[in-house]
Amino acid sequence: MHLETLAPLTWLIPLPPLLAFFLIVLFTNRNKALSHTVALVCMLTSWALSWYLFFQVVRVEHFGHEVIESAVNWLPFGSEEVGTEALKMGVLVDPLTAIMLFFVPLCCVLIFVYSIGYHNFGKPRDAHDMPGNPPHGGIEPMYSRFFAFLSLFACGMLTLVVADNLLLMFVGWEIMGLCSYLLIGFWYAREYPDQYQITPRQASVKAFLTTRVGDVFMMLGIVYLYTITDTLSFREILYNEEVLHHLAEMPSVIVGLPAAGLIGLLLFTGTVGKSAQFPLHFWLPDAMEGPTPVSAMIHAATMVSAGVYAMIRMYPLMSAGWHHGSPLTAPMAAMAFIGAFTALFAATIAVAQNDVKKVLAYSTISQLGYMIAALGIGAYVAAVFHLMTHAFFKALLFLGSGSVIHGVEHGVHHTHDHIDPQDMRNMGGLKDRMPWTFWTFLIGGFALSGFPFITAGFWSKDAILGGAFEAGQWVVFGTLALSALLTAFYTMRQISLTFLGQPRTKAAAHATEDDPIFYPIILALVPLAFFAIAAGWVGIPNDFLGLQLGEINWIHEFVGGTLLEHPPAEVFNIIPLLTSILVAGGGLLIGWWLYKDIKANQADPLEAPLGPVYTLLKNKYYFDTGKYKTAAGEYGDNLIQALFVRPTVWLSEVFVSIWVDKNTIDSVLHGVSLFALNLGTAFRTYFEKPVINDSPDHLANGVQRFGRSIRVIQTGRIQQYLVVIMVIVIAIGATLFAVGR
Amino acid sequence: MIPLHWYLLLAAALFCIGLYGVLARKNAVAILMSIELMLNAVIINLVAFWHYLTPLVASGQMFAIIVYVVAACEAAVGLALVISIYRQRNTVVAEEIDLMKW
Repeated sequence: MHLETLAPLTWLIPLPPLLAFFLIVLFTNRNKALSHTVALVCMLTSWALSWYLFFQVVRVEHFGHEVIESAVNWLPFGSEEVGTEALKMGVLVDPLTAIMLFFVPLCCVLIFVYSIGYHNFGKPRDAHDMPGNPPHGGIEPMYSRFFAFLSLFACGMLTLVVADNLLLMFVGWEIMGLCSYLLIGFWYAREYPDQYQITPRQASVKAFLTTRVGDVFMMLGIVYLYTITDTLSFREILYNEEVLHHLAEMPSVIVGLPAAGLIGLLLFTGTVGKSAQFPLHFWLPDAMEGPTPVSAMIHAATMVSAGVYAMIRMYPLMSAGWHHGSPLTAPMAAMAFIGAFTALFAATIAVAQNDVKKVLAYSTISQLGYMIAALGIGAYVAAVFHLMTHAFFKALLFLGSGSVIHGVEHGVHHTHDHIDPQDMRNMGGLKDRMPWTFWTFLIGGFALSGFPFITAGFWSKDAILGGAFEAGQWVVFGTLALSALLTAFYTMRQISLTFLGQPRTKAAAHATEDDPIFYPIILALVPLAFFAIAAGWVGIPNDFLGLQLGEINWIHEFVGGTLLEHPPAEVFNIIPLLTSILVAGGGLLIGWWLYKDIKANQADPLEAPLGPVYTLLKNKYYFDTGKYKTAAGEYGDNLIQALFVRPTVWLSEVFVSIWVDKNTIDSVLHGVSLFALNLGTAFRTYFEKPVINDSPDHLANGVQRFGRSIRVIQTGRIQQYLVVIMVIVIAIGATLFAVGR
Repeated sequence: MIPLHWYLLLAAALFCIGLYGVLARKNAVAILMSIELMLNAVIINLVAFWHYLTPLVASGQMFAIIVYVVAACEAAVGLALVISIYRQRNTVVAEEIDLMKW
């Protein structure tokens, strides 16, 4: 069968970037051009294989019923007698995987190309640049290392995408966690004068540990699932009606929650960590300390969407026992709540941020919340659709912001006006100075806001809002609509502050796109801009505006085949459409109007009306702000500090160190040792010394004294000796005489 | 003839006198003289027994002469010792020669 021949190709997809990683690390490290060539060629190979597979697979009828799958026995402990099967590892390509294989390698390739320009390839190395710190206009000293890490990351992501079981997916998940840590902390030696500003090294540890918390729960979920079903293969669990039914009926250790619910909640916790949902969201804004290609790839297009992918993949499990119209299962309810809440929460924070990358980071958190909320209310295809379009326009926005930062840095170096090149308040007027960046960023920003009809974001967001409306989830609908309004607002705010108006600093006035390093940058931005527009057209509803447009909703048809039952097509309703257009248009308009002409050193127009709310938003609700200065000028604690750091420090410094260790354990030890000491001393004093030690002395003394007292008979006078002899002789003689008689 | 035991008694008496002299005299030369007296008493004893029990065998007389020879040597040696002690300690009083005490 045609599909079987494609299985070996699937195995090959994650391998070229892994090969690139080893080649760069072991051999080509010193040669920068060779390193990026190796990385790019390997990534292009993976991309070519993925797209070949994709275009073969979209032509198959009922793909999803038939899939590409291939597995090998990995753990051999299955046996015929016991009845367990060996644990298998393998690859699976079903419609969901195919969609992932479409956009993930493409984004990766474009980001690789972008990185060549971003890291100033072609410029000579500046003598002042040391490895571990960002370069000042010269080529990045750790250039090859960057491409090695990026390749390893791509390998991890592709492994996750083509995996056919939870464990292999988790392996890819963890590889990406490692690469995220390595890449956020890429400029490991960077320090800031403000001691409370987070450094890249601290940010990388923060990211790793926070996602770790989620990963632990995810692992618990995987193990629990394995103990019940004895397999981790997606096809065997999720495409199997009996297994899903069994899991939905079986009670778990928590009363009232079926096993499927508990597993779903545990797996969802992994996504909460990895995809930066509330309450584990706070690592993502600080992850912006990494270079911008890293932010684009890992924290916008791929790694954080891996969390959402995991949820999409496990959707049959999460929704086991649910059908349209019945109350949501526990995992779905959790997803809907946390997703919608995060969407709104992050959007409010983004409104008050001044760093161009931080706005995008909170925007990512918010959009991921959208996708999770969509899954939570049952809009499966909408979630996948938004995942794909989001990857394109978010990567575009991040790459654009990197280009802006590079342009302003150019201006900084030329004018020696040392301002923070990432702060939007120092920009302005870049529309004319950096046209390519402006137009692509504008397209990306409109896609994010959901500009009607022509951008991809509009179609996917409309699908989500439509799904929420149709499911009758008014709270979710309202929250998501409000977040969409805020999204459009802060996006337009960002675009206006950065590109419109007049330059607010000398550096911005000298920003430029003319340098050769911008060629790869622009080369990456343009295709993304194309997809940010065009990717939406595959999801236009069949009955849009009441017109019978035929079978044009390709994505619904294709992705819907992943599930056992094809999800029903949405019935078109005018209200969500109007809501979308209203909030998008309204938000864009208000944002543009407020921020179109901000002057240098002018306060943010929101600061005055919002007052203390603005400060709250700017400090991210004091959740994890480094430390903030109160009105009195002192440093207060943030929530994470108060909830986790201080208690842990107290636990270790006071409770364990003093109360337990010094007072309790040491007391016991000292007591034991005192007892032993006293026992030993008593033994010594009362037994050993007098009896064993001293008695020989006494014996000797006695003998000596006796001798001294006796020896006086030895007078040295011979006549006395002779008298004694005579007496004894007479005595002996008398005795013998008497005895002899 | 006079009975044997009269000679024996004489010898015993002389022996006791000599013994008393050895034990009670102060002068070392006098002690030596007393020793000679004891030896002579022993010889009288010897000769008496010879004469009364085996008068025909000459060995009794021989024995007595040997004892005299030995006595004479021993007296010579003793006197040499006394002279040597006198040269060291400037005294011949036996009580004062008491270095070999404790």
